Amino acid sequence: MKYVDEFRNKDIAKKLAKEIANEADASRQYNLMEFCGGHTHAIFRYGVQDLMPDNVHFVHGPGCPVCVLPIPRIDNAIELAEQGAIVCTYGDMMRVPASKKNSLIKAKAAGSDIRMVYSTQDVLKIAQDNPNREVVFFAIGFETTTPPTAVAIKIAAAKELKNFSVFCNHVLTPAAIQHILQSPEVRELGEVHIDGFYGPSHVSSIIGSAPYDYFANEFQKPVVIAGFEPLDVMQSTLMLIRQINEGRFEVENEYTRVVTPNGNEKAQAIVSEVFELRRSFEWRGLGDVPYSALKIKSEFSEFDAERRFVVSKSTGKDVKGCECPAILRGVKKPTDCKLFGTICTPDNPMGSCMVSSEGSCAAYWSYGRFRLDMAKDKSLEAAQ
Amino acid sequence: MSQMEKRFPTKINMRTGKVDMTHGSGGRAMAQLIEELFVKHFDNELLAQGNDQAVFNAPKGRMVMSVDGHVVSPLFFPGGDIGSLSVHGTINDVAMSGAKPLYLSAGFILEEGFALADLERIVISMAKAAKEAGVPIVTGDTKVVERGNGDGVFITTTGIGIVPEGLDISGSNAQAGDVILISGHIGDHGVAIMSSRENLSFETQIISDSAALHGLVADMVAAVPNIHTLRDPTRGGLAATLNEIAYQARVGMKLFEENIPLRGEVDAACEFLGLDPLYVANEGKLVAICPPDKAKKLLSVMRAHSLGRDAAIIGEVVKDDMGFVTMETGFGGTRIVDWLAGEQLPRIC
Repeated sequence: MKYVDEFRNKDIAKKLAKEIANEADASRQYNLMEFCGGHTHAIFRYGVQDLMPDNVHFVHGPGCPVCVLPIPRIDNAIELAEQGAIVCTYGDMMRVPASKKNSLIKAKAAGSDIRMVYSTQDVLKIAQDNPNREVVFFAIGFETTTPPTAVAIKIAAAKELKNFSVFCNHVLTPAAIQHILQSPEVRELGEVHIDGFYGPSHVSSIIGSAPYDYFANEFQKPVVIAGFEPLDVMQSTLMLIRQINEGRFEVENEYTRVVTPNGNEKAQAIVSEVFELRRSFEWRGLGDVPYSALKIKSEFSEFDAERRFVVSKSTGKDVKGCECPAILRGVKKPTDCKLFGTICTPDNPMGSCMVSSEGSCAAYWSYGRFRLDMAKDKSLEAAQ
Repeated sequence: MSQMEKRFPTKINMRTGKVDMTHGSGGRAMAQLIEELFVKHFDNELLAQGNDQAVFNAPKGRMVMSVDGHVVSPLFFPGGDIGSLSVHGTINDVAMSGAKPLYLSAGFILEEGFALADLERIVISMAKAAKEAGVPIVTGDTKVVERGNGDGVFITTTGIGIVPEGLDISGSNAQAGDVILISGHIGDHGVAIMSSRENLSFETQIISDSAALHGLVADMVAAVPNIHTLRDPTRGGLAATLNEIAYQARVGMKLFEENIPLRGEVDAACEFLGLDPLYVANEGKLVAICPPDKAKKLLSVMRAHSLGRDAAIIGEVVKDDMGFVTMETGFGGTRIVDWLAGEQLPRIC
């Protein structure tokens, strides 16, 4: 596969692993947070941890779009479907737990018309094919999935589609990173040590690298924007280690083949035409984060499901014992959760992090890192 | 025969006709459909006898029986359709015991309003697949459900076969030290189906690998009678199959990603759909597990057969009470290859 295989090359990986081992200072620990679930996924799928020295640790961040959506928003989407609307959403959203052990996939089984789509264009087609039904797009995701939603709203406006609307849950990356860095666990309590960040790859292709300048400076943490391929992660690790060793805290761009300083300005223009900032938005794990999400501008209010329908104020909460919130902040590891692998598995997820392949718990479970570690511990014990 | 012609004065209009409730009623319309469609195309003596069952002499030895329901969507896809799939699927399930498949049955659940032209196309495809495989469809059943209660057509096929003497092939026979082989590229069927799904429809040259594997199996067991395990990695793909066997035999498996045959196009399609090819379905591939000293011989026999041309040794069975399937990734790391959880859903970001 051209343009992909080059970034999964074993020989280059070995060379990079050697360089990382050489440059990592054995007398210190490196705690590097990958914000994006895409990085988490790559690290586990390719076994990148195996190629790292023992003192380089990946701290998994909240950048999994389905993981950070709080339960009340999913309850609302189900409610819209129960009111008779066709609710369309991306596949990963279907199994995320809502209140009362419900989920979109269970609501679908119970008779609601909930459809999995691959793009916003599918939703427009469903709306056109069902002129007598309300069709709601349950829009989720970071800056990457926002432009297609904006385009869909513009197309719907141009075509005067009367039965299409968007339940907007688009969230913003820099606000979330900043929130994590400002959290007491990081700033005061010192529970979470973060020495540097892998900046998002797809998100950065839209917003560019400039938005990270502020918190690299403010919080004095290096950021390296990294592609989603395993060699990208390794190269970025090397770049982060170098910055940390040299006491630098700059925004560097490893993913230059896609990301530019200013990003995709055309996409940004469409987004700002259709959306504006919300004063505050609740994130699972992070709580209310100011100016961290988007809402539909009043010019397009007829396409805003939140204005078009009445949804109740759900007070749904995470399942008791579920550590998703702490895991999303990097405070705990999936294996620190009592539910992990006992009652919570990808087949029967209790928390959002166990659903998407980008969620830390699902990645831990599916790629079985913890089981290999357990087996290793066991054989060490036996040897002693 | 003149009496019969009177029974059905006009032929069923297969070009524009639709399935209606009378086609499953047990009355004349059903009899006519059976005669003008199923008996005509499946064309064998046992079926032509017109009984509710096929009667034949039982061969001596161990017999095998397997059943498979087919609900594929869309019904027609690159490289096959629900008809050929329903024949190949059951033949393969029978063959994975090392058996020679003998006969098939076919049960149809039709939805009211389904185009007879499509049904005929499916039946012709089944007949062709059965004929090519040399395994006749000797008995069958037809039911019709009201519109909205089915999805066009569901087909259930049952197959029976006989195991050649001296073979003992089972998932539980896999043992530490054994070698794991696969008969060719993985993921073709799943990607072909995805490419023709209404809401995806991407352009690809990939066609389903749907094929009857009993010929390949016959060559394999003739050359290496002590093959321990055979299984076709259908739903859940190679990953699910190996996990099943590991659990059944209480062993672990170690795979080498670089050795697993995967077409560039399938790899690329999986990449943009966010799928892992290890979990994507196959319909014309088999996994074989054999003692290490027989692996090379088995591989060359497989490669000599047209359906095993791209066969490869992909890993080994290891001692492991926990039943892990692990894989050395092409990148040089290690990962666990777990059971498939839920449906394999695309990533969104």
